[in-house]
Amino acid sequence: MSELSLNNVVKRFGALEIIHGANLEVKDGEFVVFVGPSGCGKSTLLRMIAGLEDISGGEINIGGKVVNDVEPADRGIAMVFQSYALYPHMTVEQNLSFGLRMNGNPKEDTEKRVQHAANILQINELMQRRPKQLSGGQRQRVAIGRAIVREPQVFLFDEPLSNLDAELRVQMRVEISRLHKQLGTTMIYVTHDQTEAMTLADKIVVLRSGNIEQVGAPLDLYDDPANQFVAGFVGSPKMNFLKATVVETAAGTATIALVGEDNVRLTLPVSAAAQKGADVTLGVRPEHFTDAGQGDTDLTVTVDVAEHLGNTSYIYATTASAGQLIIERPESRNAGQRDTLTVGLSARRSFLFDSAGKRLR
Amino acid sequence: MTSKSRSRTLQVIALHVVLTPLAIIWLFPIWMMLVFSTMDDYGIFSPKIVLWPSTNFIANFKNLQADTDFVRAMFISVVVASVYTFLSVLLTSMAGWALARYRFIGRSVVIAIILGTITLPFAVVVIPQFIMVAREFKLSNTWVALIVPPLFNSLGVLFMRQAFSMMPGELFDAARVEGVKERQIFLRIALPLARPTMAALAIILFLASWNNYLWPLLINSKPGMMTAPVALGSLIGLTKVSWGGIMAGAMLLTAPILVVFVFLQRHFIAGISAGAVK
Repeated sequence: MSELSLNNVVKRFGALEIIHGANLEVKDGEFVVFVGPSGCGKSTLLRMIAGLEDISGGEINIGGKVVNDVEPADRGIAMVFQSYALYPHMTVEQNLSFGLRMNGNPKEDTEKRVQHAANILQINELMQRRPKQLSGGQRQRVAIGRAIVREPQVFLFDEPLSNLDAELRVQMRVEISRLHKQLGTTMIYVTHDQTEAMTLADKIVVLRSGNIEQVGAPLDLYDDPANQFVAGFVGSPKMNFLKATVVETAAGTATIALVGEDNVRLTLPVSAAAQKGADVTLGVRPEHFTDAGQGDTDLTVTVDVAEHLGNTSYIYATTASAGQLIIERPESRNAGQRDTLTVGLSARRSFLFDSAGKRLR
Repeated sequence: MTSKSRSRTLQVIALHVVLTPLAIIWLFPIWMMLVFSTMDDYGIFSPKIVLWPSTNFIANFKNLQADTDFVRAMFISVVVASVYTFLSVLLTSMAGWALARYRFIGRSVVIAIILGTITLPFAVVVIPQFIMVAREFKLSNTWVALIVPPLFNSLGVLFMRQAFSMMPGELFDAARVEGVKERQIFLRIALPLARPTMAALAIILFLASWNNYLWPLLINSKPGMMTAPVALGSLIGLTKVSWGGIMAGAMLLTAPILVVFVFLQRHFIAGISAGAVK
């Protein structure tokens, strides 16, 4: 069993609190991704799980055992680092077997495990090379192989793909996903790239400034973000935020008008009490703008630049209420030639946030 | 010839015009040491300046060996410098590793003290050190007195600390996650990676020990326990100074170091400039 739970985990460096009481349940075999901007504490949290950082409070539980004071090697984890952390003076084979050899693992078993990892990652022909003779992708494979030979309960990945180029990153992403399916082991993966999070995760944990903002399946986070931060972080290109004011409230709904565009009004379902006159933010994903007349209201924007990617176009436009907007229009190859563009806003595909960034629903 | 390559050639010529006389000035005493080591005392003090080696080297060496057991002194110097270098590199590496990689209470104080000792000239330390080693521990005229007191080299500690600090921490974290013991992390990962710095430090320490004069002179004055520089110094008497023998000894003392330096200068310079640029 390789469940993992964090109960009110706190990390302090002196007087500075970095992680403010994190709570999380990870099921056996789950692929969990910690995502958040730089400095949000995701790597620190991972290192605390690994045992490389002491925890200042709370409890970490792996496989039903509290591991707060357990050495990293005895936690049943294996970790893949951002810089690969391969021993430069050893061959690939020595890198893979080093930990096992140092722990007195029987030679035959070590060889078997190394061979098994090499087979899984298809690095058999690289075994006698040194890390400097490998490409970035090959190094990352070896680093993953070193984790596999430990046969851990939980794999920990600390931004493993961030040193690779875009093409290799996609390739390795698929390989890691395949590896998870093949091994069925619990994996915790740290990244700041929301695309990696969306494509790999069974469950995403969004962090900001040492707080867990939301935990959920990728599409749940996309469809139903808990706050403006999560809404902005999940989805690419990121969600547009338009300043608005509540102009009318009724039972279960609130009508808002965009700031500077009083005629653009939208009525959204809101069960919480919305104050008339309150400043709110309307969130609309680039892909959720509709053709003019097809939504609940229309918005006319000034077109700055259009990027045509073939299957779709991104239109960078400005409006009084949002500053710059990104609008995705699938069949709109000549949009860049126009000065203005009118698109539709649909209440069903829009999100409302209060002035503190909390979702109003 | 383009103007760019012409200016480059001029630069090279100018550089050689400046550096060649400097190199000659620097090499001249060493050359004269070689020349004098092959001449008898009359030749050395003759008013005619001779710039080419003569044939008296063997005779000078025999005199040297007769006056002071120079072969034994060389043997002592080799053993002392080698053992000192090995132990000092090991010790300073261990201290540097601890100071670079472990957080403990008082770490910055320890570093400050070590830094502070660099500023103390040896002349300040030599008398208390002599009293401690000779009088308290009664170790004069022993191998231990030659090797142990200078063993903990502050500069070496800071040198090694810098080398270990520059290694990526994830390397050691990866080993910890794999259950590798701290001792093995140091021996199997950190030390092999610090090899170039250790080589440079070894050369510096070997040279320091090889050339050390004052401390061996003070602590080991018994004829059978002299190091080679002390043995050479003992030839300068009040009435007679055998310059031919001294020069032959100085030649023998210098030659191995020159050879070692020529072969290892890449490491030496790499070590000296380590940390100078990112």
